[in-house]
Amino acid sequence: MADSRPLSPHLSVFKWRVHMATSIFHRVTGNALAFGGLVLFTWWLAAAATSREAYETFVSVARSPIGWIVWVGLSWTFFHHLVSGVRHLLMDTGWGYELGLAKSVATITWVMGLVLTGLFWAVYFYGLN
Amino acid sequence: MAEFALPANSKITGKGINYPAPAGATRTRTFKIYRWSPDDGQNPRYDSYTIDLDKCGPMVLDALIKIKSELDPTLTFRRSCREGICGSCAMNIDGTNTLACTMAIEDVKGDVQITPLPHMHVVKDLVPDMTHFYAQYASIKPWLQTVTPEPALKERSQSPEDREKLDGLYECILCACCSTSCPSYWWNSDRFLGPAILLQAYRWLADSRDEYTGERLDALEDPFRLYRCHTIMNCANVCPKGLNPAKAIAEIKKMMVTRAV
Repeated sequence: MADSRPLSPHLSVFKWRVHMATSIFHRVTGNALAFGGLVLFTWWLAAAATSREAYETFVSVARSPIGWIVWVGLSWTFFHHLVSGVRHLLMDTGWGYELGLAKSVATITWVMGLVLTGLFWAVYFYGLN
Repeated sequence: MAEFALPANSKITGKGINYPAPAGATRTRTFKIYRWSPDDGQNPRYDSYTIDLDKCGPMVLDALIKIKSELDPTLTFRRSCREGICGSCAMNIDGTNTLACTMAIEDVKGDVQITPLPHMHVVKDLVPDMTHFYAQYASIKPWLQTVTPEPALKERSQSPEDREKLDGLYECILCACCSTSCPSYWWNSDRFLGPAILLQAYRWLADSRDEYTGERLDALEDPFRLYRCHTIMNCANVCPKGLNPAKAIAEIKKMMVTRAV
């Protein structure tokens, strides 16, 4: 009887809020860093250890438009995960559960992730001066 | 493991029935309501009922009762007190779990979509099976547990300060809006107790008269029962009583740390 009963809709109907998105993106960015970062780092190391041609192939892909999208994406993933991690650290101390504050902190997480990514690339291109 | 898609028998693919607006109505609203009956072997569907708001009370529950009385007596839902204290009419309205009796129709923009509490087995239409939820509630022993003998001819007393520690906890009406809004509970309700039950667990941990704090914490010290809370905060956002289960869970986690160090 119970098995024939349908499961009510969940993800497909539930309205997303900023802290739900922040929480899920903490996992998404964590996985992206772990898998994406690991694959790229391994490729870079392996290419450097193999031959000049292999390394040049890596560099040409890394400097292609797709490569740039990946680097910027990966750096944003890193900074977002970093800020989001600090948010979780604060919440683990019992801080930041009031509704308004929780919403603000979750929003700030997104802004800070983007700002830090922007700063990182600004420093990369223009230096610290 | 998390199953993001609905099982085949749960997909909302049935052909819905459309109940058009009554003639002469000027202020109308359409209610798109999840329907499923155990009797016809069909998949769930959405039926649309357009009603005259000038001849209906202000709350979503008023609309549901009007639809059941005037348009479709087969529409099935739970309700009782119609003032937000029994928790019977908890359902997902416009993407948010809440009580139909305290949710104003006016606060929803456009069509009002109503589905049962999320990720629950459906008994019929908007009625979910609450058996597991209540069993989880029983598992935390929601009553005063003591070892000391009962004081003669009086109650176990509590200072006003200690009584205040139960504010924000005792008001919970166990409507399950919070638990069924929690993605962790969706994916792990077999082992994770969920926000409502953990708030209730904290209600007894925080009670100065209860003498089983250690045993209660032992029972919660588990990777799933307590620690599946990842502070997603949906619980506090949907609670129709304005309570904060996420905060209560954080307090339990703090108690775990405090007793360990």
